[in-house]
Amino acid sequence: MDTLVAQLQRQFRDYTISLYHQGFLDDQFTELKKLQDECSPDFVAEVVSLFFEDCEKLIGNMARALDQTGNVDFSLVGSSVHQLKGSSSSVGAKRVKGLCVTFKECCDSQNFEGCVRCLQQVDIEYKSLKAKLQDLFNLEQQIVQAGGRIPQVDI
Amino acid sequence: MADEVPSLAESKLTALVVDDNFVNQTMHHKLLDRLGIQNDVVCNGQEAVDVHCSGRNYDLILMDMEMPILNGIQATKRLREMGIESKIAGVTTRANEGDKKEFMEAGLNDFQEKPLTISKLLSILHRLDFYVQT
Repeated sequence: MDTLVAQLQRQFRDYTISLYHQGFLDDQFTELKKLQDECSPDFVAEVVSLFFEDCEKLIGNMARALDQTGNVDFSLVGSSVHQLKGSSSSVGAKRVKGLCVTFKECCDSQNFEGCVRCLQQVDIEYKSLKAKLQDLFNLEQQIVQAGGRIPQVDI
Repeated sequence: MADEVPSLAESKLTALVVDDNFVNQTMHHKLLDRLGIQNDVVCNGQEAVDVHCSGRNYDLILMDMEMPILNGIQATKRLREMGIESKIAGVTTRANEGDKKEFMEAGLNDFQEKPLTISKLLSILHRLDFYVQT
């Protein structure tokens, strides 16, 4: 019979792999994990927390800019999209980054409906990723509390 | 994994991260830290110029391209006009050939596409002849 630690480690492994396979995360998240060490044991959580704060701020900026009906400054929206693309790329948030590419094209072609759709999708997507990463970090905590080590997961 | 990262701890290199995005600032700061490179962080090209005007100098500058107030191209030109001879590596997500050419012509020594990773940073250091101990 599996110990609790072994069960949790297997759950963690399977969940991590699913996040990559479903396209939520890419290799850059792996690079982020390489930077976590004994000196900064919460580095990944800290960086993704910064990223989600960034998402909230930038999505707010985009929403306000798109709210100026008839007088939308698409370059302002585009600038926020570029920022979001940069930070999502840095943390390996693959789906968010992909949406930013489409969003930027809508800004460049001044496609208002397209921009509104993209904004909605980006908002949904970053919140979804936030919930999933929280689940992942919770699993890590459970493993450690049960006396186990967080397994290395090869993607 | 941590054991495989080479250390520059004995080289006493210094670097300046110039980027307006907090996530990128944190990442680049940490990447440099992991390679033993003492580094400071500023938020835009104007702050990069100001920090040099105050007398600070760095071996390496990681310069983002798109920033408010003074962008990476303008800041690079200004630093070169000031006689700053530090190695400047442009880092950006905007990497079409035209943008890259304009950025390089401003006075860069190297260029790398974001997102930065340990191996990309090591490539920059290698191409700029900074010694890497393994």
